[in-house]
Amino acid sequence: MIKIDHLVKNYGANCAVDDISFEIAAGEIVGFLGPNGAGKSTTMNILTGYLSSTSGRVTVDGLNVLDAPLEVKRRIGYLPEQPPLYPDMTVEEYLIFVYNLKGCTLNRTKHLQEICEVVKLTDVYKRLIRNLSKGYKQRVGIAQALIGNPPVIIFDEPTVGLDPKQIIEIRNLIRNLGKDHTVILSTHILQEVQAVCDRIIIINKGRVVADELTENINRVATNSFRYQVKACGPQKEVLAMLKNRPDVVYAEVLSARDGDAYIYQVESNRGVDIRKSLFFAFAERGWAMVGLEPLGMSLEDIFISVVDKTDAGNAERGAKGGRKPRAKSLEKDIAQSILDATAEKQESIAPYAGDED
Amino acid sequence: MFAIFKKELRAYFINPVGYVYIGIFLAASALICAFNTYQQATYETAGYFQFLILMMGVLIPLLTMRLFSEERKTKTEQLLLTAPVSITGMVLGKYLAAFTLFGASVLVSCLNLFPLVSYSIIEQSNATSDVHVGLVGGQVIGCLIGVLLVGAAFIAIGLFISSLTESQLSAAVITIAVLMVMMLANALNSLINSTVVRTVLNWISILARFDRFSVGMFDIAAVLYYVSIAGIFIFLTVRIYDKRRWG
Repeated sequence: MIKIDHLVKNYGANCAVDDISFEIAAGEIVGFLGPNGAGKSTTMNILTGYLSSTSGRVTVDGLNVLDAPLEVKRRIGYLPEQPPLYPDMTVEEYLIFVYNLKGCTLNRTKHLQEICEVVKLTDVYKRLIRNLSKGYKQRVGIAQALIGNPPVIIFDEPTVGLDPKQIIEIRNLIRNLGKDHTVILSTHILQEVQAVCDRIIIINKGRVVADELTENINRVATNSFRYQVKACGPQKEVLAMLKNRPDVVYAEVLSARDGDAYIYQVESNRGVDIRKSLFFAFAERGWAMVGLEPLGMSLEDIFISVVDKTDAGNAERGAKGGRKPRAKSLEKDIAQSILDATAEKQESIAPYAGDED
Repeated sequence: MFAIFKKELRAYFINPVGYVYIGIFLAASALICAFNTYQQATYETAGYFQFLILMMGVLIPLLTMRLFSEERKTKTEQLLLTAPVSITGMVLGKYLAAFTLFGASVLVSCLNLFPLVSYSIIEQSNATSDVHVGLVGGQVIGCLIGVLLVGAAFIAIGLFISSLTESQLSAAVITIAVLMVMMLANALNSLINSTVVRTVLNWISILARFDRFSVGMFDIAAVLYYVSIAGIFIFLTVRIYDKRRWG
């Protein structure tokens, strides 16, 4: 549906987007993730035809944004970072204006009514946009993007400034939209991507640093080798037992206590599930194990380590040394595996050499 | 394009600026007409129209100042530029909205001449000789066409300046300044001896070309001049938006 091919955007000497390539299939919900100033908004603005790229090619539904801008724009509904609202209009007037602007041919009253029901605007339909709360303004912005039923919908940070209840509502809305639309969602809120998106593209400093299905990332993140064990029993003996086990790489006592139980952190060998044997080992000795939980990585950890890693990599490339990556060893490994997978994918995309067609 | 045209025209009446413009335009044109024509007890209307143009130099910036600068400030231009409307369509929609309001106000201000016309008809019917008395129709119609053309050029200039800034106030002030220079060029022209400077001044002088209309002449060269000024500035506005996209 959407194909971005070696996209570059320079603002003067400043490179905002540096050779980004990816493809998005119809019906996918893609989360666009990155720290501030990573080039998310720029990429979206190029996709929607608001900005032009310095080089590279963007096609939507097989149409080049530069060759057929109006056709492409007709296929995209866009909610910019700041919803483009006219405060002097009522919601009704505004939506009618956008309807006319987009040259919609659907039945007007019916179409607008449907959209208002979907985004829950019916209550404020006759009110001035100026007087609406931030959450409602955001919804008007979303409604605007939905007018004309475009196959591609792009949201730039749709939940910024909303209260938790509204955030959940809008996430549900986006998930529903994903059933029959292609949705691109930019955000720096990680739970949002995890909750809503099928696929995550992380960009940093204008480059794609990770491009993975959400479920893969979740699997990597939860597939832990570290456990937190709570057990009653003589602390030293327990620790000695843990350290002597062949399948345990590392064990330590944490300072926290839970009643008469001590808390231990245990790291196992890769690919070995030690939970069962650990349970029996404790049972054998008559020590009560009162808790055992994996210490997974949150998406945050992955995100931070991926971004840190690319930053560190860039720094090393630039001025030998650079700052030390602050990710822990495990996170570093996971980050590296994601980075490697993405780098392979990026390399497999043939270099873009002018317009072939 | 039509959606933008309609929206802009509506916006003039949602904001006070449209009412302010129409109110001042009609009141001031009536005053000018009263002092310039009725008080002098003359059928001569060229002076009235010339004052009208001077007044437009201050009033037209009111119409054009917010066209683009407000959209830029509130970031709503992103909506227009990502909608399936070409940049030319967007600029023309806004231009035509401003021109429509301006044209309507000029037409309404024609009521100022109504007593003159009726008096002139009465006088003509009472005339005893073949000597023409009363209003010269050619002059009035010529001047009206001229005023509309000058307005078309002024609006294009104001539109262009509005696309350069985010602030309505600076758009208005700069537009007024530019229009005043264009109008003063005519007066300066007679004070300067250097032919080079005079040629340049003549080139930007809006009023010099209006004189033809005020004697009832339909001057194609003048029409072309005003239409090309409007065309050039509309084109430049489109280019400004195009360039910003590539910037």
